[in-house]
Amino acid sequence: MLTRLLRAYLRPYGGQIVILASLLVAQTLGNLYLPNLNADIINNGVIKGNLHYILSTGEFMLLLTLLVSICAVVAVYWASRVAMGAGADIRRDVFTRVQTFSARDMNHFGTASLITRNTNDIQQIQLFLQMALTMMVIAPIMCVGGIVLAVSEGPTLSTLLLVAVPVMALFIGVVMVKVVPQFRSMQIKIDRINQVLREQITGVRVIRAFVRNESEASRFEGANADLTGTALRVNRIFALALPVMMVILNLSSVAVVWFGGRLVSEGSMPIGNLTAFLSYILQILMAVMMAVMVAILLPRAAASAERVEQVLETAPVVTDVSSPTNPTERTGLVRFENVSFSYPGSERPVLADLTFSLEPGQTSAIIGGTGSGKTTLLNLIPRFFDATTGQVVVNNVDVRIQEQEFLWSSIGFVPQAAYLFSGTVASNLRLGRPEATDAALWQALEVAQAHDFVAAMPGGLDAPIDQGGTNVSGGQRQRLSIARALVKQPSVYLFDDCFSALDAATDARLRGALKAGTRGASVIIVAQRVSTIMNADRIIVLDDGRIVGMGTHGELLTSCGPYREIVVSQLGEDAAA
Amino acid sequence: MTMGPMGAMRAMHGAAVPGLMSRDPRGTLRRLLARLRPERVKVLLALFLGVASVGFMVMGPKILGNATNVLFNGIVGKQLSPGMTKEQAIELLKAHGQGQIASMISGMNITPGVGVNINELGRVLGLAALVYLFGAAFSYLQGFTMAGVTQRVMSGLRRDIEEKLSRLPLRYFDSHPHGDVLSRVTNDIDNLTTTLQQGLSQLITSVLTIAGVMGMMLWISPLLAVVSVVTIPLALVVTLLIAKRSQVQFAAQWDQTGTLNGLVEETHTGHQLVQVFGRSRATIDEFSRQNTRLYEASFRAQFLSGVIQPSMQFIANINYVAIAVLGGYRVASGVLSLGAVQAFIQYSRQFTMPITQIASQMNMLQSGIASAERVFEFLDAEEEPPELPSALYAGPQASGAGSVRLENVRFRYEPDKPLIEDFNLDVAPGQTVAIVGPTGAGKTTIVNLLVRFYEIDAGRILLNGIDYRDLTRDEVRSAFGMVLQDTWMFAGSIRDNIGYGRPEASDAEIVAAAKAAYVDSFVRTLPDGYATVLDEEASNLSSGQKQLLTIARAFLANQSILILDEATSNVDTRTEVLIQQAMARLREGRTSFVIAHRLSTIRNADTIIVMDAGHIVEQGDHHELLGHRGLYYSLYNSQFIEAANNGNHRAGS
Repeated sequence: MLTRLLRAYLRPYGGQIVILASLLVAQTLGNLYLPNLNADIINNGVIKGNLHYILSTGEFMLLLTLLVSICAVVAVYWASRVAMGAGADIRRDVFTRVQTFSARDMNHFGTASLITRNTNDIQQIQLFLQMALTMMVIAPIMCVGGIVLAVSEGPTLSTLLLVAVPVMALFIGVVMVKVVPQFRSMQIKIDRINQVLREQITGVRVIRAFVRNESEASRFEGANADLTGTALRVNRIFALALPVMMVILNLSSVAVVWFGGRLVSEGSMPIGNLTAFLSYILQILMAVMMAVMVAILLPRAAASAERVEQVLETAPVVTDVSSPTNPTERTGLVRFENVSFSYPGSERPVLADLTFSLEPGQTSAIIGGTGSGKTTLLNLIPRFFDATTGQVVVNNVDVRIQEQEFLWSSIGFVPQAAYLFSGTVASNLRLGRPEATDAALWQALEVAQAHDFVAAMPGGLDAPIDQGGTNVSGGQRQRLSIARALVKQPSVYLFDDCFSALDAATDARLRGALKAGTRGASVIIVAQRVSTIMNADRIIVLDDGRIVGMGTHGELLTSCGPYREIVVSQLGEDAAA
Repeated sequence: MTMGPMGAMRAMHGAAVPGLMSRDPRGTLRRLLARLRPERVKVLLALFLGVASVGFMVMGPKILGNATNVLFNGIVGKQLSPGMTKEQAIELLKAHGQGQIASMISGMNITPGVGVNINELGRVLGLAALVYLFGAAFSYLQGFTMAGVTQRVMSGLRRDIEEKLSRLPLRYFDSHPHGDVLSRVTNDIDNLTTTLQQGLSQLITSVLTIAGVMGMMLWISPLLAVVSVVTIPLALVVTLLIAKRSQVQFAAQWDQTGTLNGLVEETHTGHQLVQVFGRSRATIDEFSRQNTRLYEASFRAQFLSGVIQPSMQFIANINYVAIAVLGGYRVASGVLSLGAVQAFIQYSRQFTMPITQIASQMNMLQSGIASAERVFEFLDAEEEPPELPSALYAGPQASGAGSVRLENVRFRYEPDKPLIEDFNLDVAPGQTVAIVGPTGAGKTTIVNLLVRFYEIDAGRILLNGIDYRDLTRDEVRSAFGMVLQDTWMFAGSIRDNIGYGRPEASDAEIVAAAKAAYVDSFVRTLPDGYATVLDEEASNLSSGQKQLLTIARAFLANQSILILDEATSNVDTRTEVLIQQAMARLREGRTSFVIAHRLSTIRNADTIIVMDAGHIVEQGDHHELLGHRGLYYSLYNSQFIEAANNGNHRAGS
C-alpha cells in the first residue's frame, strides 16, 4: 500500500530524488573516507613523526568535511522539498477527490474519518517520507561502504562483522517483533481513553442527571490502568533496547582491538588501520540503527497510507455522463416517474414506485413518519443518490444526463441540520450567488424572518459567524440557512424539515413571506409539523416508502386515514373536524 | 467569497500539536517537576543510576585507548634492540638524528626488544568489556526506573483530568468550545506524555554525558580538551541560531495545519451544501492556496531543523581534525600517547552527539511545556462550590413524594444581566408544569436550575420540603428522570444505553422499558438485538430511534420527578401519539416538567410557565393565560387557531 502510494506521488519528483540520492551518496562516501585519512595521519604522520604530513592531511580532511556538510545541507533541502511536496500533493488529491463524492460515498467513510484521512494520516506519511528519503539512502550505502572499506582495511578482522551484524540484526528483529504489536495495542488504548473522555464531555448533562459520575470514573480508571500497563511494557522494552545495542557496539570495538591487536603485533596490519577499523564498525552498526528508526515509523505510515488510498481509489457512485444534456429552460418542473430506491444490499426498498409531478409556482409538501423515506425522496432531486429504478426529471431533463453542476445551479437546498460556514453573515448568504447585492441579502433575510436579529448583530451583514454557525441559536441558524437558499434564486427549492427549531409564530410568518419570496419556483417542503405544510398546494403523504395520499389539506382530511391521524395527534380532534 | 478567515480560535483547537508560545514556561516547568515529587526517591535513584552508567560509559574509550597504548608500545619496543634500557635507546636514536621519535618514545612505557604483551592486552580489554557491560546495565536500570516514573506521573495526571471533569460546573462546558476542552485532555496530554517519555530520561543522560566526557578529556589532555571545549559554544550558538529560526517556522507550520484542518473539517461537514451551492471549485482553489502555504511553512521548518544535524557534524569534524592534527603533534613530541589520541577522537564523537540531542530535546520540551500549560490551565479552572455533607435526606424513593418549590429564586448567567428574578413556583406531587416560549427564550435555564446544573444566586429551591443546599447534587439529581434535547448515547450496547440510569436492571426490565418507549420491535429487527453495539455518534441509528432509546432510558430510571425537554421533536407523529399515551401513564403519580412546542400537549398542564428572552413573562393555567391576552395568547393563536380555521375551511369547502 505504502510503496504503491509513494511510487505514484514521488514520480513527479524523480529529478529531485536523483539529485538528492547523488548528494547523499557523495555525503556518505565522504564520511566513510574520513576515518581512512585518520589512519593515514597515524600511520604516516604520527608514527613516523612527519609533522608536515599530519598538517597537509589535516587540511585535506577539513576541506572534505566542508564538502560533506554542504552536500548534507543541500540534501536536506531537497529531501524536505520532496517530502513536503509529495505530502501536499496527496492532501490536495484527497481533498479534490472528496469533493466529487456523493452522499453515499460520504456515508461510507463518515465525515470524521474523512477529515482524519485528509489531515493526520497524510501527516504521518509525510513524516515517514522525510525520514526515509535521507535514511533509506544513507543507511545502505554506509552499511555496504563500511563493510567494503573494513574488508579492504583488514580482511581477516572483517570476519568479526559476520558475528556482530547478525547479532545486532537478530536482536533488533526480536525487539521489533515484541514492540510493534504492543505499540499497536497502545495506540488502541490511547484512542479508548480519548473516547471515554470525549463521552464525558459531550454527555456531561446525561451523566450528571443520571448520577453516574462514579461509574464513569471507574470506566476511566480501567482504561487508564490498561494504558499505563501497556505503555510501561513498551517503554521498558525500549529501555532495554538502547543499552543492549550499545553493548553490542562496544563489545565489537573491544573484539576489534583484541583480534586486531594480535594482527598488529604479528606485523600483518599497521596500527593506524585499527583505529580506522573501529570507526568503520561504528558506522556500520550506526547504519543498522538508522534503518531501525525508519522501520519503527513504517507500520504507522503503512496504516495511514492504506486509509488514504481507500479514499483515492473510491470512484464516486454518482458521476456525469460523457455527453451531458442540460435543460434549455429552467421552468422548475420536477417529475418522478416510477421511482424506486433501495440501499445496495438491502432487500426492502426505501422508496417504492413513486410517480408524481411538482408544478412550478406551487408549494408541495411531503409528510410521513420517521423512516418513511421523506429525506431520501428529497435527496434524489439533487442526485445525492441515484434512483434504483425509474427516473427523476428536473426542468424536463432526466437528472442523470444533466451536468451535476448545472443541476445544482437550479436547486436551492436547505438541509435538516442547518450548517453555516465560518466567515460573516454576508459571506454565508452569498454562498450560491457571490455577486448578490446587499439589498438582495436584506430582502432574503426579510423573507426568512431573519432581518431583525441580523440587524441587531454587531456589524449586521458583516457580523462574524463561527464554523458550523455555533455562535447563533438553532432557530437563527435555520433562518440564515433558508435566507441563503433564497439569495441563490433557484428554480427549485428543497426545504428538508428546516422549520423544526422555529416557534410556531415565526414558522407561520416565515411561511407567509415565503410564498411571495419564491414566486415562480417549485417549492418542496419536508416537515413533521402539520401546521408547517397545511397551506401547501399539494401534500404527499408517505408511509413506508409509498405514497398513501396526495392532495390538499382539506382533501386529505377526508380521504387519507394516516394523514388524519397525524393531524389529530398534533392539533387535536377539533382541527380535523 | 472565501470560506472565511479561519481565526485564532480555530487554530487553537484545530491544530494537533499546540503552538510553541507559552506564557509562563518557567512556572509551568516548575509545576511539572512538582508532580515528580511523590516519585523523588525513584528520580534520585534514576539520577544515581544515570551517573553510574555515564561514568562507566565514558571510561570505556580511555581503557580502549590504553589497549592501543599496549599495542603501540609493543610495536615500537620490538623495533629497538633487546637488552637496552629505554634511556639507552633514546640516546641511540638521538645520536642517529631521529630526535622526534626519541622524544615520542620518552613519553612511552616500553621495554626495548619486547613485543606486544598479549596478557596485558587481554587484561585491559577484559576491563573495557566489563566497564561497557556495567555501563549498559546501569543504563537499563535507569531507563527501567524512569519508565515507571513517567508512566505513573502521566497516569496520575490523566486521573486528575478526569476527576476535574466531574467537578467542573456545567457553566464551564457551556462557555468553552467542546473541541478545545477535548484537545486539552487528549492531544495535549498525548503530547506531554511523549515529551516526558522520550525527553526527560534522555535529557538527563545527555547532560551527564557531556559532563562526564568533558571530565575525561580534561584528565587525558587539558590542551586537547580546551580545543574541544572551544567547539561547544560554537555548537551551542549554531544550534540556538538555527533552532530559533526553525521554531518560528514550526509555529507557522502548526498554525497553518490548524487552518487547513479547519477548512477540511468545514468543507467535509458541509459537503452537500458546498456541492449544491456550486462552491466545489472555489473551495478547491481555497484549499490549494492554504495547502501551498502549509507546504512552504513545513518545508522551511523541516529544512531549517534539518540543517542542525549537518552543522553539528561539520563542527564535530572540525573538532576531529583539530584533535588528529594537534594530537599527532603531541604524540610525535612524546607528550601524549597514541591511545590517548584515539580515546580523544572517540570522546569528541561522543561529545557532539548529546549536544545535537539536547537541541532536539529542547524543541520537544518546549512543545511539551506549551501543552502542560494548557493542561494546568484546565486543572485550575474554577470548580463547583463544595456541598454540605449529606445526612439529612433519606433519598427520593423513600420519601416518595416529588414536590418542588421555588421561592424568590434569582439567577443570572452573567452577573450584570438580569435573567430570572424573584421567581416563585409551587409544584405539588403529581402535577405537570409546562414551559413554553419562543425559540431561545431560555427554557433550558429552568431545567438547569431544577437539576442543579447551575447554582441559584438567591432564594431557595425545595425538593420534598428540603432545601437544595442541604442536599448533595447527586441526591437532587437522583430525584429527576430526564429526557434531554440532545440524545446522547455512549459507545456500548443498546442494552447498556437503556440501562444507563439503572445499571443493575434485569434484562426483563430493559425489555419492558423498551416496549414502553415503542423501541422494542425496532431493536429486535437489528441483527444483534439488545446486544447491538452503538458507535460513539450512534450513527447506526436515526435521530428518531435515538430519541426513543433516551425515552426508554428515562422509563427505566423510574424517578419521582420527570423532565421532558422537547423530547419528541424528532419522532414521527404516529409514534409520538403512542409515546404521548405512554408518557401520560408514566406521569401518573409523578411530578413532571415538560418543555414542548406542541401546544396540544400543554393545554392539560397544571401550570404553564411562559418564557421570553430568558425571562419568565407569564405563569398560570391554560384558561388563566388565555384570559391575560399576553404572549401565551398570541403563541397559542398563531398555531392553533390558524390550524383550526384552515381545517374547518378546507374541510367545509
